[in-house]
Amino acid sequence: MTATLEKDLVGLEFLSAEQIRLILDTAEPFKEVSERQIKKVPALRGKTIVNLFFEASTRTRISFEFAEKRLSADTVNVAASGSSVSKGETLVDTAKNLEAMRIDMVVMRHGASGAAQFLGNRIRSNVINAGDGKHEHPTQGLLDMLTIRDKVGRIEGVKVCLVGDIMHSRVARSNLWGLTKLGAEVAVCGPRSLLPRGIEQLGVRAFGRVEEAIEWADVLNVLRLQLERMEKGFIPSLREYYRVFGVTTERLERAPKPLTIMHPGPMNRGVEIDSRVADGPHSVILDQVTNGVAVRMAVLYLLAGGRPELADAAKGGGSE
Amino acid sequence: MPRAQTNNSTLLDARALARALQRMALEIIELAHGTEVLVLVGIQRRGVELAARIAAIIEEKEGVRIPRGAIDITLYRDDLELVGPKPVIGATHLPGDLSGKHVVIVDDVLYTGRTVRAALDELADFGRPRRISLAVLVDRGGRELPIQADVVGETVKVRPGGRVDVRIEELDGRDEVVVVEGP
Repeated sequence: MTATLEKDLVGLEFLSAEQIRLILDTAEPFKEVSERQIKKVPALRGKTIVNLFFEASTRTRISFEFAEKRLSADTVNVAASGSSVSKGETLVDTAKNLEAMRIDMVVMRHGASGAAQFLGNRIRSNVINAGDGKHEHPTQGLLDMLTIRDKVGRIEGVKVCLVGDIMHSRVARSNLWGLTKLGAEVAVCGPRSLLPRGIEQLGVRAFGRVEEAIEWADVLNVLRLQLERMEKGFIPSLREYYRVFGVTTERLERAPKPLTIMHPGPMNRGVEIDSRVADGPHSVILDQVTNGVAVRMAVLYLLAGGRPELADAAKGGGSE
Repeated sequence: MPRAQTNNSTLLDARALARALQRMALEIIELAHGTEVLVLVGIQRRGVELAARIAAIIEEKEGVRIPRGAIDITLYRDDLELVGPKPVIGATHLPGDLSGKHVVIVDDVLYTGRTVRAALDELADFGRPRRISLAVLVDRGGRELPIQADVVGETVKVRPGGRVDVRIEELDGRDEVVVVEGP
């Protein structure tokens, strides 16, 4: 029995290793679709997808939109500002109104942790979480894993260290869940004030110094330092952060072997990462962006398939 | 289990399969009036292997290289809702622009014709071939669309519910075609 997905993609916490592998394997052939002259296949023809973004996003929203369009789905983008949300409509009412217009899927980014699950439980359409508060950003976790698999050749046994603001990062959470399920060794590194308390109990190594992380890891996933964190007093200053935790060429040169460098974007050059590292030969930051479209196509395709109980009736034999 | 009621019979053994491919190769050369603009495109999975075998036979006879491609038509099917997503989609790669070429689609079994319909749609996204033909190892009847093969290895009538299993050395460890009658 091959793995299938549930109605919604809320987080990697809720997926099995088999389901994660299914998504990553399905993403492979979708990479090629984006390399074609005609970058479009009819797999989701006639499906209507709403991209419901309550928080600002450029990369993720565009990436989802490309994925949807390359699968021939019809898409509508709704941003919170300028919509009925700003007039006080609740999330469920917004979604129910969209459903009344006969949509098939909702891709949602929301500031509240748990918003995707909440919505998925209340509407019939598939819900894909494009980031909910500090909870998860599953497609980012998946594209990071696909990029590691491409670069290193496997995920199991690879040492991946997430550097930066772990506590407030949904990207970190999705990475932690996904990578540990596929057997990677995972560590985190950052100022104590930005590491969740008791994280070691989840089998995750915690480094207080970035030099230690660099010595240990095969892959560094450098997270964006959200500037609002500084205002709230989690770190003394951006310069101080760069001096202590910045991923710089000088630090990487001391590593026993070259490290693969990842960053989910948007980057703050000169804060969490040195420009020479971001643009260097071991950076796969733009490969992550490319893989993002393929992973999202895979998720959309798998969720759209829906009714495997009819498979036997339809197959009718032969190789067809 | 319905297995006990099924009745397996070998349609082609390894030698008969080899002979069928030899004949198909010759017919393809005739159909394309030579090999100048000929391109073989196999449908994933077994069509790809069969296309490779046919290409090897033609190359041996004619002393030229035959451009080959592979397509996976999963994303062009019209029944995603019905069959659910396929576990693993195979690779699609074509040898450059197909415009002006004579493309011969190669597949193992021709049944409803829906796979071929999808393959025609997919090929149209890779250029405008001068002509597209269809070569299949087994035509089992049961068409649901107005599609027919130009080159056929073997014809057999199999009722709905029955299966035609094509096994080939590279993927299955041996060459044979078996008809499995339904209950």
